[in-house]
Amino acid sequence: MSGFWFDPIGFLILWFNALLKGWGIPGDLVLFICYVVGAFILATCALLLVVFLIWVERKIGGRVQDRLGPNRVGPFGLIQPVADMLKIFTKEFITPDGVDKVTYNLAPILSVGAVIMIWAVVPFAISVYGANLNVGILYIVAVGGLGELGIVMAGWGSNNKFALLGAFRGVAQLLSYEVPMVLSLLIPVMFAGSMNLNEIVRAQTVPFVVMAPIAALIFFISSIAENGRAPFDLLEAESEIVAGFNIEYSGLKFGFFFVGDFLHAFTIALLFSIVFLGGWLGPYSDQIPILGFIYLMIKTSLIYFLGLLIRFSLPRLRIDQMMAFNWKLLVPLSLATVVFTAIVDKLAPEDNLIVRVIALVLVNLIIWLTMQEIIGRVFKAHPPRRLVMHRRSESNDLESPEESDPGSVPSENPAASS
Amino acid sequence: MLNDWLYIGIFMLISLFIPGIAIVIAGLLGPKKPAPIKNSAYECGIETVGETWVQFKAQYYVYGLVFLVFDVESIFLYPWAVAYKLVSIWAVLEAVLFILILVGGLGYALRKGALEWQ
Repeated sequence: MSGFWFDPIGFLILWFNALLKGWGIPGDLVLFICYVVGAFILATCALLLVVFLIWVERKIGGRVQDRLGPNRVGPFGLIQPVADMLKIFTKEFITPDGVDKVTYNLAPILSVGAVIMIWAVVPFAISVYGANLNVGILYIVAVGGLGELGIVMAGWGSNNKFALLGAFRGVAQLLSYEVPMVLSLLIPVMFAGSMNLNEIVRAQTVPFVVMAPIAALIFFISSIAENGRAPFDLLEAESEIVAGFNIEYSGLKFGFFFVGDFLHAFTIALLFSIVFLGGWLGPYSDQIPILGFIYLMIKTSLIYFLGLLIRFSLPRLRIDQMMAFNWKLLVPLSLATVVFTAIVDKLAPEDNLIVRVIALVLVNLIIWLTMQEIIGRVFKAHPPRRLVMHRRSESNDLESPEESDPGSVPSENPAASS
Repeated sequence: MLNDWLYIGIFMLISLFIPGIAIVIAGLLGPKKPAPIKNSAYECGIETVGETWVQFKAQYYVYGLVFLVFDVESIFLYPWAVAYKLVSIWAVLEAVLFILILVGGLGYALRKGALEWQ
């Protein structure tokens, strides 16, 4: 049966359908059972994937920081996350006094569940997708917002000021970065003429990352911020607010925040490769669905790897820098990109793809150069506030600390750096 | 179409059910030995002082309001983006006008210093 090897998942779905029908179960019930089984398998696969992702992340993190990473349990330490999971399953739940029981217990469930929910609309191959929603993009944005709710509930329910502070930061950050993300997602929708993820994938004879590189970059940056990872990990900044929203959690409840985090990192890579890199599109992927799945996974792994490198190499931003970066750069930039892309793409000849792509690339280039010019001028007029202490030569100058022009740099007080 | 929403509904329930059941199982497996010291709030190692649910900075509200403006805007823009291929250049320019009004709002918030983190 060559059909199985070309499209194993679609084949299994057909087989399961036929099996249930063969047992004499009515059609509607067959559909319902198929949905339940499919949803259960997909959600379980997503959670099992996390075990592997933890290993990848620790291994790459180790390499970046010049360590070996996990290497004791199993070959290359592959079994390490399994051992960790078994251990965390048998840990005690310490519930501090005075927590808000409902929100405290619901928060970890919601923060994992919100990420898994995104997988419901992801097209993995030409024949393998969950729901063929015609508002797929909107669904992703809406469900992505539920994860924020999990963080807020964790911070609010914990009866702990640091957790509450982390949750407030989380709200400010996640809300803010949702704006450029939503605006940059407008451009693929415009090109494809649909919010359906399958249609968006099919429309990418030229990947949208070529036609809208700035939008792709904005989406990538803002989805890292949505994920709350370094350099945007202010909601769990250890040096400032102990551990952020998850201080009071223990055992598996604590672990689930990280399960959600790891899975979200992979999910945004998956979404990026679907929306901007052409998803399962590739040579022969419409005849052999399994090939499309492999293409998607290759693209996703590349983006995921890029995200990991960013996570392990960049330091944490200060909160005012982070908000300024969003509201003063990303939001105006994404608005400008939407406006100019819309005008140019309408004026460009619709049937001549090459002219269209060249025009769009040029527009993106012009926007980018203009942005750099504006940033340069603004920084020249108002130099960014720095909280760096004395320069080495000045601080070593202990003989006359008063005379080294006092008052010119008022923010040099070391206590102001926090 | 309706079937897709049925699938979404089932999927949402299951994606909340699986973590929930895992936490219940872990709660059954783990030891339960509460103690007064152990159950006190961790915070930073010393006793918590005062009420936790304190008043917080009004600045968060300002960000919330600006976010709301842009979120509603994007909801209006999505139908336009879906119909983008079908409409004429004038409809595109109308949407541009709509965005420009909002850019004016963003500029106002910027000048008023609402987006300045203090």
